[in-house]
This record gives sequence, structure tokens and C-alpha cells, in this order.
Amino acid sequence: MRIIVPIKQVPETNAVKMDEATGTMIREGVESIINPLDLYAIEAAIELRDRLGGEVVALSMGPPKAEKALREALAMGCDRGVLLSHRDLAGSDTWATSCALAAAIRKIGPFDLILCGERATDGDTGQVGPAIASFLDLPAASYIGRIEQVEGGCVRVHRLVEDGYEVLDVQLPALLTVVKEVANPRLPTLRGKQKAKAATIPLWGPADLGLDATKIGLEGSPTRVVKIFKPKVARQCEKMLAAGDQAIATATDRLVEFLKAKDLI
Amino acid sequence: MDYKGVWILAEAHNGHVHRISHELLSRGIELAAKRGAELTAVIFGHDLKADELADLIDRGANRVLAMESPQLEHFLVEPYSACLLKLINDYRPEILIAGATSTGRTLMPYVAVKAHAGLTADCTILDIEPETGNLLQTRPAIGGNILATIKTPNHRPQMATVRPRSTRPAPRQSGRKGQVLRMKAPAELLASRVRRVSFVADTAEHSLQDADVVVTVGRGIKKGENLKLVQPLVEALDASLGATRDVVDRGWLSYPHQVGLSGKTVTPKLYVAVGVSGTIQHLAGMQTAETIVAINNDADAQIFRVADFGIVGDLFEVVPVLVEKLKKAKGT
Ligand SMILES: Cc1cc2nc3c(=O)[nH]c(=O)nc-3n(C[C@H](O)[C@H](O)[C@H](O)COP(=O)(O)OP(=O)(O)OC[C@H]3O[C@@H](n4cnc5c(N)ncnc54)[C@H](O)[C@@H]3O)c2cc1C
Ligand SMILES: Nc1ncnc2c1ncn2[C@@H]1O[C@H](COP(=O)(O)O)[C@@H](O)[C@H]1O
Repeated sequence: MRIIVPIKQVPETNAVKMDEATGTMIREGVESIINPLDLYAIEAAIELRDRLGGEVVALSMGPPKAEKALREALAMGCDRGVLLSHRDLAGSDTWATSCALAAAIRKIGPFDLILCGERATDGDTGQVGPAIASFLDLPAASYIGRIEQVEGGCVRVHRLVEDGYEVLDVQLPALLTVVKEVANPRLPTLRGKQKAKAATIPLWGPADLGLDATKIGLEGSPTRVVKIFKPKVARQCEKMLAAGDQAIATATDRLVEFLKAKDLI
Repeated sequence: MDYKGVWILAEAHNGHVHRISHELLSRGIELAAKRGAELTAVIFGHDLKADELADLIDRGANRVLAMESPQLEHFLVEPYSACLLKLINDYRPEILIAGATSTGRTLMPYVAVKAHAGLTADCTILDIEPETGNLLQTRPAIGGNILATIKTPNHRPQMATVRPRSTRPAPRQSGRKGQVLRMKAPAELLASRVRRVSFVADTAEHSLQDADVVVTVGRGIKKGENLKLVQPLVEALDASLGATRDVVDRGWLSYPHQVGLSGKTVTPKLYVAVGVSGTIQHLAGMQTAETIVAINNDADAQIFRVADFGIVGDLFEVVPVLVEKLKKAKGT
């Protein structure tokens, strides 16, 4: 069984700055980690491989330093990593990102499963998984909280939806996006870290994938960020100070009146 | 570009038109008016009810396109996307909006790739740019710290998902006229490599999103056991109990109670925040409440900036007094 796990490197904290001109993030000077939700995909993939044999390939598109995320994935137990990086890929929206990732997956070769995280904590769209499936014409199932048996070319999964869960049989090869319930991510072992350090991680660019410039990066992205701004929050607040019994009594009386006037009690 | 019209993707759950459809109509009515365009509701399902389809007209659609087949009874990404793509190609809508539901979030990216359309997730504000007629899609970004406005200048349709409960359902107006077109889904579009074996419903009731009144506790309650102090307030207001993420992370309440960016969005008539600081991420889930009341001992807490009524005081002192007064007020 070959399982491909697309992982994204994201900024560790929320202290991210934006480039006001292009509307993209400034990533310099911020600690980078594997998208926390992708750890569940990695773990689920490793567990499946340990059960059924085969290999897990971690794939990431990002700046050169995203190689670190791939080494972390190797330290957890992925068998190999592939880095997709080139300046022409910068500024990709979810359409262009999934187009490039799908091309890289084709180059990796035949596979049984693609496991994605539910969403990336920075872009926060959750669109890349289903979009990769669409580019590759694969069956897809999202919000997978449980992977049961793989049998007769199908995988049985639980898909968590608003009011319960669906039990689905998904024909392989397929793409699944997973949620936290699917597994408990392990920590890297010392041996894993040593192996990861020694590994060579191939670096691919658009030319290796036969991607033409109109489909990648800013140019290949249908969407444009036109403006970023601080959310403004303001209502007229009637504020009452309530320190001491008297003040508390007055404030709560006034609140009760306020609620009555609005027909809320 | 010969694309025109505003579409919303209505959803049927177990054969019935779901509330999200009516919320999307609210969004659609506004956009269609600004764009001077017709509003169409698209829906997939099996054995849809004629009165519920007509209701979509009563709530603001000019036209309903219903595509039906037993294979469309439940959401499956391949047949749903094939059918939606066919309708897009046949009718060429300019704008297509869906709910950011488990269905919308899966179907829309799958379709956007094949339609070579731009797609923006989780929009909170949708508007039309007057000069160009482009859809302006505004969404929280970077952990909700900022808002980004996104547009799709050169690709059609312009696609977006919006969070459930971020708008009120469009009200019914009787006597509206419109066209309900029911069609059988073409057999060649119905193949699916995913099979729905069964469905297991949640047993727990999570009524938070349906509640008219929500009382939310934040870390100001200090300890999980102090919830018992707030419980009488919840009862006095006949409210559902919400929580901030810090409260959920500490295990004082379970995740279904969480309100905010990474929890639920609620739009109750009354929202009472007790010991909640009002971070951007929390506000993302409750700012659209009709009336907001806050109790916090920090006069400068952010929550007061979105509140209509604020009590600056110690919740441990204020809440018990308030409960007594509410009980009395209700008694009279
Ligand atoms: C990506 C991301 C997603 C997030 N999603 C969510 C989300 O969905 N929902 C969410 O809520 N948060 C979310 N957060 C977390 C958010 O940033 C805050 O950490 C959280 O909302 C704070 O919760 P709080 O108000 O309970 O705690 P605090 O910020 O610690 O506030 C406690 C408040 O209680 C007041 N207080 C203390 N003692 C008393 C007293 N005796 N009487 C009265 N008042 C008192 C204090 O003045 C303070 O204002 C998210 C964060 C990130 C980065
Ligand atoms: N640049 C990337 N490289 C590899 N995988 C990615 C990338 N961006 C997104 N993904 C995958 O797609 C999922 C959803 O991401 P997003 O749509 O950005 O929220 C992530 O959890 C990853 O599994």
C-alpha cells in the first residue's frame, strides 16, 4: 500500500504579519511547524502502513525551509519526503496549490490513498484536499474520524457530519481528509530523527512536473486578495460599574429593565 | 463574459430542505438586488417535497432548479459535482454560494477545480463591487486576526461558502411568483466510487445553535466547579450554555459548547458573556447576536466593545444577584 500525505508548513504562532501590497503573508522570522491538523493524517498513514505494509510518502509545497517539516514527518515514521518548491509557485491560491500538488502526486506514481489534514491553520480553507481529488479524478471523503478495514479494494471510513457520522465504503485509490478523532499523533523517536537527518529529500519544481506558468503561482490563481483590514467591532454599550452591594443592585436592576424593554424576558 | 445570475446551493437533508438554504437565500437576495440579477436556488435530492421547493420561491428565489435521483438522496461528491457542473455549464451563473457545511466544503472545491473557478471559504461578508460588478468576498484570515477581501476578476462563476448561522433565514413572503424546475438527474452523471453504507445519528442534543438565548462562560469563572454558579442564570433565562475555547481546553465544558472561530457560530436574540474577554476569535462566533450583554470585572475588556449592555463587576457577586432579580421579574 502506498499512501501519500500532503503536509503544509505553517507559522507556529499567530503573530503573523501581512504584506499589505500583495495581501500575502510575511513568513520571515516566524517559527515554522507542520500544520497541527496534518499530524493526524501522518499518524493515520503510518498506522495503516504498519498494518498493511507499503510506504508513506510525505509531500509538501512551500519555501525551501519547508524541508524541515518533511524531516519532522520522516522522524515520525514516514518513509520518504518530496519537496515542491520554486519561486514561481509563490502566491498560489487553493486552485493553483492543488494543481501543483496533484501534478507532484502523479509524478510520485501509483498510490492507494492520499490523506490530507482537515485544514491548514494559516490558510484555513480546507479546500486543498477535495481540490487535489478533483484534479486527479479520485473519489473523496472529507472529515474522516475513523478508518476501519481495507478490503476488496475499498476502505471503510466514518465521515463526521453535522448531526452524526456516515459509514462509507470508498473505492481505492482515493483521497481522504481526516479530523482529530482519526488517530493520536506520535512523537518522533531518536532513531527516527537520525534517519530523518540522513535522508535525501528530492526537490521538484514546475519544470519537473511539466506545469505551465499559467496554472501556477499568482498567475494561475483565480482569486486575488484585494484588501486586508482589522475587523472593526463596535456597538453602543451601556456600561454600569458594579462594585459594592449598592452598585450591584442598581446595575442588575437596570439590566433587568433593559432586557424587559427589549422583550427578552 | 456571458455568465449571469446569482445561485445559492440549497441542501436537502433526509428529503427535507435544510435551514442553511434559507440562510443562503438571505445572502442571495441582497447580492441579486445589487447586481440586478435573478436569484436561483439549486438543490439535489430524491423525492423532494413540492411545498418545500415552493417555499424557496416564497423566501426570495426567482427560480428553483431541483435535480433528483435516488442516487442523490445523500451527499456523495462524485454525482453531486457532476450534476452541479452540468447545471453550471448549461445555465452559466455568475455567482454561486453554498453553506460552509460538511457538504458545501467538500462539493465546492471539487467543482471549482473542474469549472476552473475561484473559490473563497468561510466568508462572513459578501458584497458587490459597484464599478466592476465583481463579488467581494470577505473572510477571517490568519487565525481570525484580520479580515481579507478576495475577488475573482477573470473566472466565472465566482464561488464562495458562508458559515452556517452567520445570517438569518430569509423570511417567507406569500404571493411571490417564481419557477420551480424539477428534472431527473442524467444517469451518466450518477456513478460513485463512494458508497454510503449507513448513518449513525448523534445522541447528544447540541441545541446551542438553535437557542434564542445563549449564556457563555469564559475563563473568568476560574474553575469548572464554578459552573454551578452560572447554571441558575442559564435556567432563569431559559438559555443554552456556551463556552470560550479556554474553557473547553481546560475540560470544564465539552467541545460542542464552544463558540467562536474554531467552534460554532451563533446568532441568538440574546447573548450573555460571563467572564469572557472577547478576543477576535471568540467574537467571530457571536458578534451577529441581536443583543449582547457582558459581565466582566475588567472595564477595558474587548467584549464591551461589541456589547449593548455591560456590567463591570465581579461575576461571583453579580450573577447571584442578577439571578434573583430575573426570577422576580419573571414572577410578575
Ligand atoms: C486559531 C484560533 C482559533 C480560536 N478559536 C476560538 C474559538 O472558537 N472560541 C474561543 O472562544 N476562542 C478561540 N480562540 C482562543 C481565543 O484567542 C482566546 O484565547 C479565548 O477566546 C479566551 O477565552 P476567555 O475569554 O474565556 O479567557 P480570557 O481571555 O482569559 O478572559 C477571561 C476574562 O474573564 C474576566 N474575569 C476574570 N475574573 C473575573 C471575575 N471574577 N468576574 C468577572 N470577570 C472576570 C477577565 O477580565 C477576562 O476578560 C482561538 C484562538 C486561535 C489562535
Ligand atoms: N502547500 C501545501 N503543501 C502540502 N499540502 C498542503 C499544502 N496546502 C494544503 N495542503 C494540504 O491540504 C490540507 C488543507 O489545507 P487548506 O485547504 O490550505 O486549509 C492541509 O491539511 C494539507 O494536508
